[in-house]
Amino acid sequence: MTSEKNQLLFDGSDWNFELLERTYHAIEEIALDDLGLDVYPNQVEIISSEQMLDAYSSIGMPLMYQHWSFGKRFVHDEQMYRKGYQGLAYEIVINSNPCISYNMEENTMPMQTLVMAHAAFGHNHFFKNNYLFKQWTDAEGILEYMQFAKSYIAQCEEKYGPEAVEEILDAAHALMDHGVFRFRRPPKPSVREKERRRRERAEYEESQFNDLWRTLPGKAADKLPPETEEQRKARMQAMQLPQENLLYFLEKHSPVLQNWQCELLHIVSKIAQYFYPQKQTKVMNEGCATFVHYYIANRLYDLGKISEGALLEILHSHANVVMQPDYDDPRYSGLNPYALGFEMMQDIRRICEDPTDEDREWFPAFAGSDDWRGVLKDAWANYRDESFILQYLSPTVMRKFRMFLIADEEKKSHYAVSHIHNEAGFRELRAALARSYDVGRIEPDIQVADADLRGDRCLQVQHMAHDHIPLEPKDRSEVLKYIRALWGYNVSLESVDRSSGEVIQKVLLTEQGEEDLAAKKEETLSYEEALLGVAV
Amino acid sequence: MHHHFIDRRINPKDKSLGNRQRFLRRARARIKEEVNKSIQDRNISDIGNGEVVTIPTKGIEEPRIRHSSTGGDRSRVFTGNREFVPGDELEKPKSGGGGKGGKEGSDGGEGEDAFRFALSREEFLDLFFEDLELPDLVKTSLREVNTFKRQRAGHSASGNHSNLSVIRTMRNAYGRRIALGRPSSEKIRALETQLAEVEARAETSEGADAEAIRLREELERIRRRIRAVPFIDPVDIRYRRFENQPSSNSRAVMFCLMDVSGSMGKREKDLAKRFFMLLHLFLERRYEKTDIVFIRHTHHAEEVDEQTFFYSAETGGTVVSTALDEMSRIISERYPTSEWNIYAAQASDGENFSGDSERCNALLQSDIMPLLQYYAYIEILDEREYDIFQDSRSGAALWRSYQEVNADWRNFAMKRIANRADIYPVFRELFAQKDRQKSMA
Repeated sequence: MTSEKNQLLFDGSDWNFELLERTYHAIEEIALDDLGLDVYPNQVEIISSEQMLDAYSSIGMPLMYQHWSFGKRFVHDEQMYRKGYQGLAYEIVINSNPCISYNMEENTMPMQTLVMAHAAFGHNHFFKNNYLFKQWTDAEGILEYMQFAKSYIAQCEEKYGPEAVEEILDAAHALMDHGVFRFRRPPKPSVREKERRRRERAEYEESQFNDLWRTLPGKAADKLPPETEEQRKARMQAMQLPQENLLYFLEKHSPVLQNWQCELLHIVSKIAQYFYPQKQTKVMNEGCATFVHYYIANRLYDLGKISEGALLEILHSHANVVMQPDYDDPRYSGLNPYALGFEMMQDIRRICEDPTDEDREWFPAFAGSDDWRGVLKDAWANYRDESFILQYLSPTVMRKFRMFLIADEEKKSHYAVSHIHNEAGFRELRAALARSYDVGRIEPDIQVADADLRGDRCLQVQHMAHDHIPLEPKDRSEVLKYIRALWGYNVSLESVDRSSGEVIQKVLLTEQGEEDLAAKKEETLSYEEALLGVAV
Repeated sequence: MHHHFIDRRINPKDKSLGNRQRFLRRARARIKEEVNKSIQDRNISDIGNGEVVTIPTKGIEEPRIRHSSTGGDRSRVFTGNREFVPGDELEKPKSGGGGKGGKEGSDGGEGEDAFRFALSREEFLDLFFEDLELPDLVKTSLREVNTFKRQRAGHSASGNHSNLSVIRTMRNAYGRRIALGRPSSEKIRALETQLAEVEARAETSEGADAEAIRLREELERIRRRIRAVPFIDPVDIRYRRFENQPSSNSRAVMFCLMDVSGSMGKREKDLAKRFFMLLHLFLERRYEKTDIVFIRHTHHAEEVDEQTFFYSAETGGTVVSTALDEMSRIISERYPTSEWNIYAAQASDGENFSGDSERCNALLQSDIMPLLQYYAYIEILDEREYDIFQDSRSGAALWRSYQEVNADWRNFAMKRIANRADIYPVFRELFAQKDRQKSMA
């Protein structure tokens, strides 16, 4: 008994750095040697709850430029926390190299154990190995870039005034979701190189500036002949149209933005791009981290390194995290990514170790495989939520969650239960659930279609709608105003249904305000009809 | 694998203070509206504790292009099925909403209409007293009696021992010791142990004696060196230096005068209290130290504590001048004008013993007003009388004689209030940051 007790890494709930160090090594041993994880070097930072609130408000980044919206988040979170409506996360982890994770000082030692296994190994492995993160984010350079962004924006505030900077950042934030490249990675010079080039450019411009040029008479723009089809094609190509990355387009082509304003757009779009993989891998990322901490905690207990009490405390938190309320529970707010991810990954292990006939039929590739670690690591590396669910969601998990699919068609007066967790429904359920994690569907598909540079310079933005789902009108109007401010001229937005090609909506934003072009068309028609009626 | 722990708890907090300030600036107009509104339905004594405000989100929303929660054809996966089978139909809720997911919709909706958060005491009061100013600080211009404030002003080589700057001194000493090559005590210890070893060996081995002599000499040399280069030398010593900076008076006393005769009921006292509290909060922000003196009066006046002032009942007639007498007495005894900024606020229902009002006028004009920074008189009216006495010229004897004072002294102000909602506007009017116009003159 005493010898067993001596093996315990810690006893009781208080933590100190020595215990953390010792426990970290025990976790690391399991994570690397048993699970075979591959992680960035870890930097575990202990912070207070106030600092956690600070970290919250700057979207988890250790370095962030200043903006009122972060302050808004801060005062809100602070209020919620002080009133006890909302607890704070036990940890925050940053996709960087070294991988920084924040642990709260209030955590007990068992909680610190859980948090280290979860963040410093689970999330860390996922960040380092998942293809989306590898391909799209720059874990090496992100902190350096944020440092640059922060000081650059501070300089701009000093030079041009905080209000002018705020105007651009407000607009850029509104377009953040549409400031990413979804399909290709833009070629980019390194941060320092870019900053050097920008400074050179600014200096050159200052040296070349001559007010005299402004007084030269310009060519009358409206005398230009109409564009030929070839010219149009060449121009579309040169402007990289159509363009899904609105921030990029405005940065490169806006006729009114100054260099520093373009740079601000670039910074915001760069941050959006950095977070883009996280949006697409919530289930997998949390699932991976939860699976890892669950496995490690149990292993530590099996090895006699943590006490039963500590394990129970860890499992208690674990159970809270993976709780999935039913659809009619007041706490229900969709599927809990922790729960779904964890269950799916536990199930993959089960299918490998102890498959049923059903599993063999559904997952012939790995059912009964003796290497569940390999199967999981392959999934963590090569999938995102949508494809992961489509590939790995098993009938067992669907039954366990008692999933059902509800169809909500606009023209029908009722919702219909279209599929449930049975033989006939599994495939449909799985496909529908996967679709709901497709970022291409969650976020409206918005593109810059064209910009009439020879005429009134109206920017044409197109929304490709899925299944006739319209845009939220109030926010749409507000964001259009921001686009107009960045573009400097009128902006039109057209919603086209993807499958039918039908124009759902078309609005034009001018100086006077928003005009509903679709409605206007109808009006003229009825006017003509009226004329016809008179003629007859 | 390489890793490390960092204790960040010692890092400065308030990393997001800049963001918070930016947010407050952004929502300033709306927060201010709320702050001003809150005075009307809150207990004034709580004001100093900061405030939770709920502001409309207009101007602080962060729009994004997103899908509408209604319209179009969609399908969603839910969990926890119990009785549904394919083909079941469910009624759509009448008012749109996201159907089963309606909870999310409504939650988001509420969040958009109003935004709730807490202001700190400082932030609250800043907004609360924004664009208010203390009336003419006569003292600084007319009776220039400067007080001095001791302020840090670098370091000096001479000074009082209590001002010794240990850090500076030790830094200098360290630098000097390095420059003059003072051997460290570790070195001595090392030599001593070495010597002890050699001496222990000396009994058996031959060459050890010579070695011991050499070590002793070395040790002696080093000790001499250490004596020559002291650990701390008088030249190292630095003192924190202070300078006397002239500063304007930073102390204020506020006299609260109130009629507590039978005619002042609970309502009147409550209104008066609110006014006094506001004034006190305001003074507290401007001065390092603020005293309050409570003087209550019926037909005689006395200084009392706050509790008695507001809550104990007293009967008797009303002779206002007694309170003014008491105030002059206290000023002359305890609050020399050279050291104190003196403010007075008087609340009354306007009644006075006949003939006393003229005496009040004379007292104020000759004795009191020259000593004061500001005198604010508020007359608390019955709500029914309020309309009748809209015109500031009409009024009882006290009001009329105070008007004469008002005409002669710029730092005298008088107002009438009838209900809670009047207090803050009246207060603002009294202290508005502009050239106060003598509308009542």
